[in-house]
Amino acid sequence: MTTTQEPLSPNDSWWSSITRARELGIVVGLVALVAVTASANPRFLSAQSLRDVLLGASILTVLAVGQTVVVITRNIDLSVGSVLGLSAFAVGSLVRDHPGTPVAAALLAGAGIGVACGLLNAVLVRYGGVPALVVTLGTLYAYRGLVHTWAGGGQITADELPRGFLAFADGGVLGVPWLVVVALVVTTAATVLLRDFRLGRELYAMGSSPRAAQLAGIRTGRNTLIAFAASGALAGLGGVLHAVRFGTVDAAAGTGFELTVVAAAVVGGVAVFGGSGTAWGAALGALLLTTIGSALPVLEIDQFWQQTIVGALILVAIGLDRLVALRAARALRKGGSRVR
Amino acid sequence: MSARRLLGWDAAIIVVALLAVALSSVLVDGFGTTRNAGYLVLDLLPIALLALPMTFVVITGEIDLSVASTLGLTSAVLGALWDAGLPIETIMPLCVLLGALLGAVNGLFVTVFTLPSLAVTIGTMALFRGLAFVVLGDSAVADYPASFTGWVTGSSGGVPNVLLPLALLAIAFTVVLHATPVGRAVYAAGAGQEAARFSGVRVDRLKFWLYVTSGAVAGLAGVLWTLRYSSARADNGAGLELAVVAAVLLGGVSIFGGKGAMPGVLAGVLLLGTLQSALRLSDVTNEALTIVTGGLLVVSVLLPNLLRAATRRRAGPASARPGAPTTTP
Repeated sequence: MTTTQEPLSPNDSWWSSITRARELGIVVGLVALVAVTASANPRFLSAQSLRDVLLGASILTVLAVGQTVVVITRNIDLSVGSVLGLSAFAVGSLVRDHPGTPVAAALLAGAGIGVACGLLNAVLVRYGGVPALVVTLGTLYAYRGLVHTWAGGGQITADELPRGFLAFADGGVLGVPWLVVVALVVTTAATVLLRDFRLGRELYAMGSSPRAAQLAGIRTGRNTLIAFAASGALAGLGGVLHAVRFGTVDAAAGTGFELTVVAAAVVGGVAVFGGSGTAWGAALGALLLTTIGSALPVLEIDQFWQQTIVGALILVAIGLDRLVALRAARALRKGGSRVR
Repeated sequence: MSARRLLGWDAAIIVVALLAVALSSVLVDGFGTTRNAGYLVLDLLPIALLALPMTFVVITGEIDLSVASTLGLTSAVLGALWDAGLPIETIMPLCVLLGALLGAVNGLFVTVFTLPSLAVTIGTMALFRGLAFVVLGDSAVADYPASFTGWVTGSSGGVPNVLLPLALLAIAFTVVLHATPVGRAVYAAGAGQEAARFSGVRVDRLKFWLYVTSGAVAGLAGVLWTLRYSSARADNGAGLELAVVAAVLLGGVSIFGGKGAMPGVLAGVLLLGTLQSALRLSDVTNEALTIVTGGLLVVSVLLPNLLRAATRRRAGPASARPGAPTTTP
């Protein structure tokens, strides 16, 4: 555009960037939900109930952030639920057999298992030329089968796990549980990485136009490996958090979780066809889904409505996303220099 | 379906499926019996039914992940209506109609609001499953007329009864896909939307009706599922969508659309079912079977790519890169 462009005042800039953010809708929805629920029953804001919501949201957040990194590149990772199960069982067995294992080592071990799973996904996508949807649908079964074969019908119970390991769920810093700290660190790191680093911008470029990204000299192969490894690592980390939080792990841990994870990302404004979305949006999506789950019984709404609401939310989220995109396109066509 | 296609993946998967059946009959005790064949058909029934319209949907370049939830919701509604005292003869067509309506919801979102089908059907997958639980909670409704449940599980002259509707539908879907203008439009839409539009294919209308069909078949599958197990439950068929997609992709349908054939898909369903049945009879746990399912899926898509790469390498480095100028020595 060669037309005169009004200079943006800094005030205008941050205000408009807030009001234009896709994530605003989720924040408003979340605040409204909490307000309504709390007014119906103030105990919803009790320390115990808040804690439960945050712990649940933490695990979902860690996986949803990983999913975001992959989905931004126009791929998808459906194997995360199975990776969570595999990691939870593996790390559960590890600390059961070696009670002295420090929690940090357990977290690293879980992430390591996840990286291995993620890299296998990535290699199949990158070198096999197989679409991510198909690869991760396959490994969803394969990894789950692996856990089942290994665990059989057995399970690891809380009294078999060392107390130091389980204490990680209760402990925290300044009253913030460790699980929440982990989720915050993961979300912040991914947000900064995606927004301010070259790698992050390359991931968006790959999702917006894979061919153009390649022509522009972006190392798409390497970046695909990194994205899937990140998603795997976070799913593996989520597995350890799962084991810590619930104390009981069997072969079915995390079954079907992949869809909740994708739902959290989609509700959080991450476009399934790549190129847009933020990690903190996905974290908000995870928080919203978890809050709905615990608000329903407080509002005396049948728990059975939960999935219905989640489904409707996904449809609303992608619908709104499309609406915003259409408005932006129309504004551009009219020749406006700025999209409001 | 060109001759080249028939000699390619479809032929391979058909041969592999038949080999699997033959080998299992010889090697696995109890596999080759009529009794087991009957179970095999019953086990394959929902996957085979749902795979028929799914093949169409995937060839147009879309996906329908909501089919298993549609099955669950129809099953739940069937149970609720039966509980309310409606005659089963009235409920069954209503259920198929309900399935078609649910499919229309998907079709509306995908074609009118032009939203990505993967996201839409992940949404309706949760939505429909949730509604199933709203309708029926976690209770089960049983006690359907024995004449109906008996027909679904029974057989006449050694041939399972349900094979008849399944075969009729399979033939109908195959003929429509491979021998009618609708089928050609499906391939055209999958190969390139714009090109298809310019050549007169009403892509959106086509896709809308494919989703309606997919929903209606899922409704029928819901009815048969309920009658087979004599139990309407909200979680009926949970997770089945992945098995259906796996069978369709195993059958050689490209997830990018435009490619695939019905005989391959049917062979894919048969191969999946045979392996599961044979392994189960050989005391391999259900859980280990999931590895087989997943491995098969990845290998089936990986193999043709690797073969192509190998052929290209043998053809020489000049043709290895697509778009590179081919210099014949």
